[in-house]
Amino acid sequence: MKQVDIFVAFFRVGMLGYGGGPSSIPLVYKEVVDKYKWMDSDEFGDIVAIGNALPGPIATKLAGYIGYRVGGIVGMLNALVASTVPTIIMMIFLLNALNAYKDESWVKGMAAAVMPVVAVMLAVLTWDYVKKSWESTLGWGWTLLFVVASLILMEFANIHPAIIIFALLLGALLKKDSRSGDQGKKEKHST
Amino acid sequence: MNIWISLFLGFFLANVLGYGGGPASIPLMYEEIVNHHHWLTNKEFSNMLALGNALPGPIATKIAAYVGYDVYGWLGFSIALFATVFPSAFALIFLLKIIQRHRQSLVVKGMTLFIQPVIAAMMFILTWQMMKESTLSIGIVQSLVIAFISFLALEKWKIHPAFLITASFAYGGLILPHL
Repeated sequence: MKQVDIFVAFFRVGMLGYGGGPSSIPLVYKEVVDKYKWMDSDEFGDIVAIGNALPGPIATKLAGYIGYRVGGIVGMLNALVASTVPTIIMMIFLLNALNAYKDESWVKGMAAAVMPVVAVMLAVLTWDYVKKSWESTLGWGWTLLFVVASLILMEFANIHPAIIIFALLLGALLKKDSRSGDQGKKEKHST
Repeated sequence: MNIWISLFLGFFLANVLGYGGGPASIPLMYEEIVNHHHWLTNKEFSNMLALGNALPGPIATKIAAYVGYDVYGWLGFSIALFATVFPSAFALIFLLKIIQRHRQSLVVKGMTLFIQPVIAAMMFILTWQMMKESTLSIGIVQSLVIAFISFLALEKWKIHPAFLITASFAYGGLILPHL
């Protein structure tokens, strides 16, 4: 029964959340705290705070953790599948249908007309991230410096973003505090 | 075999470096998908992103699963999805088990802070690329007018992105070919 609840809860979150993971946090709250009472709102707040501090999509981190808390490893898999797979199937189906007609002029028109819309959505996201770091303790000076510096490094020096992010993470690690720096944040070796 | 590894590494990297939820990983995934591995063209990526935004659910997993499927069928689908979802979900479970009570770890907080500007810069580059490609295909006037209307729709009239994307698909499918 519990697994059915987990599935239904995260299926609803996946199907009702528009605009990527972060916009579905309130939906998760509604299911997990209000409806099924798997945890109180303080605990939920903690999980979101720590989840946000880790990299990766937030919706699946929440689903994975809450599924695990409520129903063990099976619950985790269950919640992850429920929140992602239904919309993915829709996506694959629609894109493949479009690809079948990709040489038709109307499909080309659709692809072309949506591009500026995508550009605007990305511009809005750009602004969100600038604002987020602007309003943090970094302030506008450092934010601007970091944005411009990473722009130059990526566009003109052709440095892979991973290198810049690693360097900044390293800087943050060394600068902030030195106590207990080994909190599961170092398993990022890859060649 | 090689493709398994590149799919796994590509999506693992893009998501483990994206701080700030799924959308933060979009430019990182673009880097892997379009620039590095050439799995999709710029235009295909934009199409996918538009459709992904028009559908509900987390965006990073939709992109990963679609590209994985496109590149290597259902196996590719599973690998890309696994690489996107599991490392960060496990990290959260692990971390929460260790620091039951420490709510605000300074180290972790400081880290995310430093990453935001880089994500912003990457988003900006991606925006620029989409706009450039768009002006090449439908001209600068069309591109700017559509962009301007989209901006008003999203930010001023607060129209749901799914409607906006559907509307632009309709415009492109029905009107654009006859201009």
